[in-house]
Amino acid sequence: MPMRSNDSETDLAATVISPTNEAELAGFIAESYARTAPMCVVGGGTRLQPGTVAAAQTLTSRSLSGIVTYEPGALTLIARSGTPMEEIEAALASEQQAFAFEPMDHRVVLRVTGAPTVGGMVAGNVSGPRRVNAGACRDHLLGVRFVDGRGRIIKNGGRVMKNVTGLDLSKLLCGSHGTLGVLTEVALKTLPAAETQQTIAFHGISVGDATEIFARALATPYEVSGAAFRSGTAWLRIEGFSAQVDYRRERLSTLFRDRELEIVGEADSRNLWRGLRDLHHFSASSEPLWRILVKPSDAPAVVAALHALGGEVSLDWGGGLIWFQGSASGSAVRRAAGMGQAMLLRRGALCDCGSFPPEEPAIAQLSAALRRTFDPAGILNPGLMDK
Amino acid sequence: MSSIAMPEPNADILARAPHIVAALEAALPAGAVISSPEETRAYECDALTAYRCPPLAVVLPRTTEEVAVAMRICHVWSVPVVPRGAGTSLAGGALPTADSVVIGTMRLRDTLEIDTANRFIRVQTGVTNLSVSAELEAEGFFYAPDPSSQLACTIAGNIAMNSGGAHCLKYGVTTNNLLGVRMVMATGDIIEIGGPLLGTPGLDLLGLICGSEGQLAIVTEATLRIVPKPEGARPMLIGFDSAETAGECVARIIRSGLLPVAIEYMDDVCLRAVEAFVKAGYPNCAAVLIVEVEGSEAEIDHQIERIRSIAEELDPVEFRSSRTAEESLAIWKGRKSAFGAMGRLGDYLCLDGTVPVSRLPHTLKRIGELSKEYGLEVANVFHAGDGNMHPLILFNANAPGELERAEAFGADILRLCVDVGGCLTGEHGVGIEKRDLMTKQYTAEDMAIQMEIKDVFDPGWLLNPAKVFPLELSQAHRDAAARCP
Ligand SMILES: Cc1cc2nc3c(=O)[nH]c(=O)nc-3n(C[C@H](O)[C@H](O)[C@@H](O)COP(=O)(O)OP(=O)(O)OC[C@H]3O[C@@H](n4cnc5c(N)ncnc54)[C@H](O)[C@@H]3O)c2cc1C
Ligand SMILES: Cc1cc2nc3c(=O)[nH]c(=O)nc-3n(C[C@H](O)[C@H](O)[C@H](O)COP(=O)(O)OP(=O)(O)OC[C@H]3O[C@@H](n4cnc5c(N)ncnc54)[C@H](O)[C@@H]3O)c2cc1C
Repeated sequence: MPMRSNDSETDLAATVISPTNEAELAGFIAESYARTAPMCVVGGGTRLQPGTVAAAQTLTSRSLSGIVTYEPGALTLIARSGTPMEEIEAALASEQQAFAFEPMDHRVVLRVTGAPTVGGMVAGNVSGPRRVNAGACRDHLLGVRFVDGRGRIIKNGGRVMKNVTGLDLSKLLCGSHGTLGVLTEVALKTLPAAETQQTIAFHGISVGDATEIFARALATPYEVSGAAFRSGTAWLRIEGFSAQVDYRRERLSTLFRDRELEIVGEADSRNLWRGLRDLHHFSASSEPLWRILVKPSDAPAVVAALHALGGEVSLDWGGGLIWFQGSASGSAVRRAAGMGQAMLLRRGALCDCGSFPPEEPAIAQLSAALRRTFDPAGILNPGLMDK
Repeated sequence: MSSIAMPEPNADILARAPHIVAALEAALPAGAVISSPEETRAYECDALTAYRCPPLAVVLPRTTEEVAVAMRICHVWSVPVVPRGAGTSLAGGALPTADSVVIGTMRLRDTLEIDTANRFIRVQTGVTNLSVSAELEAEGFFYAPDPSSQLACTIAGNIAMNSGGAHCLKYGVTTNNLLGVRMVMATGDIIEIGGPLLGTPGLDLLGLICGSEGQLAIVTEATLRIVPKPEGARPMLIGFDSAETAGECVARIIRSGLLPVAIEYMDDVCLRAVEAFVKAGYPNCAAVLIVEVEGSEAEIDHQIERIRSIAEELDPVEFRSSRTAEESLAIWKGRKSAFGAMGRLGDYLCLDGTVPVSRLPHTLKRIGELSKEYGLEVANVFHAGDGNMHPLILFNANAPGELERAEAFGADILRLCVDVGGCLTGEHGVGIEKRDLMTKQYTAEDMAIQMEIKDVFDPGWLLNPAKVFPLELSQAHRDAAARCP
């Protein structure tokens, strides 16, 4: 039987179940399905805040751990869902490879400890600054194995980049935050890590200037792999082999010769982007933190509306992602976001609003029907995505 | 005829055909509905020409709303619907049945919005793949997925099949470049998912639609990610005297940290056919790789030199890198005409399986052995960088039994792909062609949940009902759908 214990790290009240293999996990879920016993699904538990999901039991995948195969020559890694990200990143680094989508580490900004897992990364479709040209986690996910809300063991996709064999459930599971099934194994595409990087910084500029710089830079062939802004400074990151980075920096500097700019060298550039990726600039506060997706050209207007609510912003993804820290009400933030999609990541004192933005009725209906299909008894993270 | 079964046409629907046609004609503009046998014949098959059946009628709407009107009528009369783009599917995805209505989206051809500041284009899905890039040419952008059929195939078909081409090693396939769709549900309702934003916080319905082979909805508009054109690109050609060494070279290039935009592979059978056809000037050897790299002149030189040193460790028969636009064309010429060249040798069955790159050499060797066992020649030309193989099995369609033998051989190759860790189809889809092989890759439960998803989107099982899922497995779903209209 799965291990049961009271684990103060994750949630004080809940029984924590930590199956050590897929069959055990399937058995536990089948039994919970029969009893209609909801569960909070976590990997390392670095994200889900206590109380978000009303369930007397917590299921963690952390004992489903270990890299199954890693073939650097085929750019593929298959790992069990509970494998700590640290273990995976170390394995990739030893082959000078990485995940191109640059997943963030939330521990600093959320002030939590624990080991983020690869399953949590996939369940959250976690994607960092390089998303702007490399795509999101879902774009690098090749296949999954999971257990659905009835306890059925299901696989989808595989370990190859191209696959149209049946419906693509991997994409659907990616970003489903544990509401459709519990991942047991994920297959991801890896890429060579860039040899070096540099950053061009533009100081003393407005959000409007920044989005204009981003739009121009991202329309060039120089493969800008990071375009972020905060506190009056915009940054463009260039990565590749050394000669390539020097050349691209020169071309971009020429393109923006009418502006004052500063070049940030490799070591500082790496630190800078780690800080931007993990939102170190928002770690001192415990106010609510929002992640808002917008059309980049709408960013200046949305930022102005957010500023009117008080609080601070930073931009990523060339202006397509706005981070907002402030204590305004959920409905005010969502109004300010306009056509954008606002998701609540750090709850702070906000208790009355759901993490996920409301959906169009037709989409909400389809999503609800899909959740019922995967989880007919509603036992997987109830209330998390369907509030 | 060949071995793939389609369900018996529904006699009730056939009996009501005139009323169904009349209802469609009454609701749609003149010229949008075709039902005479002479005209529907043009829609009796797609590029998998071994199977043919004219549909009950063909509807060719010009707007999303007209698609919705047609779909709603089919919904009311419970008539199966076969969505169709340009009909270039090689898996029988657009094959009609006698009791079905084809809804073709090829007349929805408007470009709705080009937004280079936010890097997307919004089009109706009947536009061809190539014309999307043509629209963007002047802006310095392009649309990355480039199936070889891009002159003819539509964005609708690309979305349904998650198509990709030679350049997907760097730029990904359709699903990596699709931001949003407007689509008509099986009830005739119109809904939109995604849009210009880089993702949605809810469930990734767009990821589910892409590659769903017309099983879930009819896609009428698409928002596509666009990419700036590279400064330049140049190919090189590397010849080897064994397939294994060529495969090894692919793995070493990928592992080196370089990211070519394309790595294409052609074997000796294919090389001979190409030489006879277009005189591309390729070396006479066991396998040729065409590797293309992108960037500025200096970046290109740097990458070519690194690939040259990787290749030279493997003692190539020839290493040729292009210096001019003419030389680049010459290197690509044979690859681009490979399918045409093979066609001159006779009939062929074009397969589409994928294998992990590391298993390429083994797979090629085993295909060679199977070729001897079946007594049918096979040519290999494929996207090696991502392990998407396209063995072409040569056969004589006029010789009794040869098509069946070629199909059996093809099925063995696809099973082999799955056995080495790959999958049944990388880009052409399951359609009817690989429907009955699905059980090789998936368990009953793996497929059950996929069919339950179809139940959600299309409770009446009207959209492409006899495709993708083995008939005996989908029977219960189709029966249940028939019982509750
Ligand atoms: C401040 C903050 C910002 C974040 N930003 C983003 C973001 O920008 N984009 C984004 O997509 N995600 C984001 N996340 C969440 C992301 O899930 C975490 O980074 C994840 O990698 C942590 O791993 P974990 O194992 O600790 O996950 P957990 O905290 O344990 O779980 C994270 C989510 O994944 C689910 N989950 C975990 N393991 C499994 C499994 N095996 N099978 C199914 N579901 C599982 C959980 O139910 C939960 O919904 C953010 C989290 C925080 C706290
Ligand atoms: C010579 C040749 C080379 C090829 N090369 C490649 C290649 O390199 N890469 C590749 O990926 N493919 C390739 N293909 C296969 C084919 O061209 C692609 O699958 C293409 O995307 C099909 O587009 P189409 O418009 O012709 O679609 P169709 O053949 O008309 O339809 C394909 C499928 O999509 C469905 N469908 C069509 N329209 C819609 C709609 N509006 N909504 C929902 N579903 C719809 C159909 O029901 C069918 O299942 C090639 C084909 C040929 C003949």
